[in-house]
Amino acid sequence: MVTYNRQVFDDDSVFKALADPTRRFLLDLLFKRDGRTLTELESELAMTRFGVMKHLRVLERAGVVVTRRSGREKLHFLNPVPIRVIHDRWIDKYTERRVSALLELKTELEAKAWRQSQKRA
Amino acid sequence: MATESKTGVAATQVYEVYIKASPQSIWDAITSPEWTVKYGYQGAVEYELRPGGAYRAHSTAQMQSFGLPDVVVDGVVEEADPPRKLVHTYRFLFSDEMKAEGFTRVTWEIEKVAAGFSRLTVIHELEGAPIMAGMVASKFSEQGTGGWAWILSDMKSVLETGRSM
Repeated sequence: MVTYNRQVFDDDSVFKALADPTRRFLLDLLFKRDGRTLTELESELAMTRFGVMKHLRVLERAGVVVTRRSGREKLHFLNPVPIRVIHDRWIDKYTERRVSALLELKTELEAKAWRQSQKRA
Repeated sequence: MATESKTGVAATQVYEVYIKASPQSIWDAITSPEWTVKYGYQGAVEYELRPGGAYRAHSTAQMQSFGLPDVVVDGVVEEADPPRKLVHTYRFLFSDEMKAEGFTRVTWEIEKVAAGFSRLTVIHELEGAPIMAGMVASKFSEQGTGGWAWILSDMKSVLETGRSM
């Protein structure tokens, strides 16, 4: 049961699930339209069915994707609650204001760099 | 289970959270006003826990000071199987526009898992209610509050630590 607890109740599994571009892409797909089948998700990715299944399993174990049966189909739903729990526990704690100030600075510097590159061109 | 509305927003949303609490504690946190004033929107709920019974969620004094009505969500209980399953319809009364979307359906499922944990699943069938679908799916205030993810995260916090976020 220890393994089960680790998989289901640890923040680690959520961070690990998010630490991969394909898995984040799958979450974005479900964010855009929820309740998709494996076949639908697979059609959006240049990857084997088996590869997509593997990534979905990691997302399911972390609890950020949940599945429900609808007739013969297995539908995948984005479950944002574990991400929200981490947000409430970690991001809030280290003050969102500081984070957003840094994001603004990043946007501003990048815009400046872009304007300069346009001038040179 | 239909999953796509005309607007492209999924018509059914599923939320799941693991809480270190018994199914009975979670059932109480959902159905009793003593608990619901401690998390989420902190409004008191009223449930007549029998098929056909009324469901009402009341606004807080602060919400009423913004001009919201006393009852902000209403519905009818369809199934009550404590402490495992609760099904009721669900309609927003925040504005005439939302009221016009009519009733959606919320299903609460509670299942005991391992090591003192229970799994709470909320299935929200939102066919024909795109405004509500947008609201319950995302954070919609500047404070980052709102939606099922926030409500369930706060419920977890209250049940596990006794404190709201």
